[in-house]
Amino acid sequence: MISMKRILLASTIAMAFAGTASAADLTVGFSQIGSESGWRAAETSVSKIEAKKRGVELKIADAQQKQENQIKAIRGFVAQGVDAIFIAPVVATGWDTVLAEAKEAKIPVILLDRTIETTNDGLYLTAVTSDTVHEGKVAGEWLAKTVAGKDCKVVELQGTVGSSPAINRKKGFEQGIASASNIKIVRSQTGDFTRSKGKEVMEGFLKAENGGKNICALYAHNDDMAVGAIQAIKEAGLKPGKDILVVSVDAVPDIFKAMSEGEANATVELTPNMAGPAFDALKAFKDSGKAPAKWIQTESKLYTQADDPKKVYEEKKGLGY
Amino acid sequence: MNRLSKAALTKAAPQLLSLALILFLNYLAFPGFFEIRLQDGRLFGSLIDVLNRGAPVIILAIGMTTVIASRGVDLSVGAVMAVSGALAATMTVAGYPVPVVILAALGTGLLCGLWNGILVAYFDLQPIVATLILMVAGRGIAQLITEGSIVTFNEPGLIFFGTGSFAGIPMPILIAAFLLFVAITVVRRTALGLLIESIGINRSASSYAGLNSKLLLLVIYSFCGFCAALAGIIIAADIRGADANNAGLWLELDAILAVVIGGTSLFGGRFSILMSALGAIIIQAMNTGILLSGFPPEYNLILKALVIIVILLAQSFSSLGGWAFLKAEFRSKGAKR
Repeated sequence: MISMKRILLASTIAMAFAGTASAADLTVGFSQIGSESGWRAAETSVSKIEAKKRGVELKIADAQQKQENQIKAIRGFVAQGVDAIFIAPVVATGWDTVLAEAKEAKIPVILLDRTIETTNDGLYLTAVTSDTVHEGKVAGEWLAKTVAGKDCKVVELQGTVGSSPAINRKKGFEQGIASASNIKIVRSQTGDFTRSKGKEVMEGFLKAENGGKNICALYAHNDDMAVGAIQAIKEAGLKPGKDILVVSVDAVPDIFKAMSEGEANATVELTPNMAGPAFDALKAFKDSGKAPAKWIQTESKLYTQADDPKKVYEEKKGLGY
Repeated sequence: MNRLSKAALTKAAPQLLSLALILFLNYLAFPGFFEIRLQDGRLFGSLIDVLNRGAPVIILAIGMTTVIASRGVDLSVGAVMAVSGALAATMTVAGYPVPVVILAALGTGLLCGLWNGILVAYFDLQPIVATLILMVAGRGIAQLITEGSIVTFNEPGLIFFGTGSFAGIPMPILIAAFLLFVAITVVRRTALGLLIESIGINRSASSYAGLNSKLLLLVIYSFCGFCAALAGIIIAADIRGADANNAGLWLELDAILAVVIGGTSLFGGRFSILMSALGAIIIQAMNTGILLSGFPPEYNLILKALVIIVILLAQSFSSLGGWAFLKAEFRSKGAKR
């Protein structure tokens, strides 16, 4: 009986503390997918940093890659009466019911990093995502500018066949080099977004293109494949970054290490800071009451060897990539 | 002896023919396929790639053959690879010396195999279910060890296992060849091979005959785990990092396929480790060929499936005595004329 009272007392105190903590301006619930990749971990830690910067209380629910967990988390946030809900949706469909519940409770919902398929886009306030076509285009334009009219044969390491970033980053790169007739993609094969596959496929490319002497540049749909390919280039007796230019997408810490050693040339950032623009949009919405645009595109920033890659590496290393 | 080796060759004919055919197709797709040169004191060429990239699957197939011969299967080898790679990478980063790292990683593989063996031998779980547990859990353990990120290292001693070479031959090939030699010697120069076949054909009969089948199963599964750990170290050393999400992903299926292409029955019994290794080389020759051919990646899986169907059909045709039948037909027709 005594212990029961103690528990009650303890929980009252805990609730009182929770009450003071939520005295922050805003409380936002964030339903995160789970730990699927280093980028995802970085997104979570950057979200926490951005929330702290703005004095927002951020409640993160890890869904362990399951939609039902996300739906549970959203219902939980609605019951707690948070001021807004962020969702990084694990799949595109099946959100209508739970989002309608949030709408009924007048809680705005912002989608991060991925979008959903719905007939009623009034169910969410806005979506903050990167434009993967644009990422490829930035990479392509960089290459066109760098080779400056010289003939250049490019080999391409694609992501997982049929995945949307692979399709879009390929499309975007082709748009980026469309005006440069001197640049040609001579070989394109999938490296499944992984280091070991990137290395194996690059070994094949090197053999097939006269020991790599015919290749002027490598475009990889993500940095991990580029890191693997760089090793293959070195083992073939060529200098990555000089004999073969290396450009990729994502901007994970390891590519900055390669760039600081002169072995990679450029990367296009898929920023893990999706929460920052979302917080800004939310604040503007709360202040003025005017709904933001349905899509907020994050910046696809280009990093080259000139951007002090060593410093960026140190900054990014701690983010949990 | 001569007759014996001729019989062995006839039995291996479908596999050898398939390999020759695939190599020839690779040559057609890429005329420089058989060129080999020395690059930084290391052999360099597509043929070397086939062996080098095939080495992890050859090693897996060696262990998998003994398991399948005992009428089992080990689905966990891919996950065990991820665990051993993750452990090797994190321990290296933490500053442990290379021999300790290697022993710890191999020891973990043995333990994983032992776990599978206990479930199969002492708890009588179906091997496919027993090893499925570790297949799922193992990858999780690997992710826990690396904390979800790719752990990279720069320790030359460990990297040597993936990209080093001795007398110009890449280390993975040497390791696979050495393990192949040791495994075949131990299995065929002692009664061990016979005992494995006997529990594969009928475990209870073997037990009644006085065979300690439980102990033997423990040894077999532990050996398979050991092989997986070795392959995991090679793969991690090759990319200088442990990728818990992707290391060894689906390689258990490649290993099983290699054993099947090699002609060992999934129902246990007679087996050949050498033929399984040949099966692994056939799979990799096909993979390398697809990379060199320049087909769009959308065709990769279809091409693979087609080649495998043809190989397996040829094999089943020959094991059903198809060639002898054709020969007889041909002769009888000739006689009529």
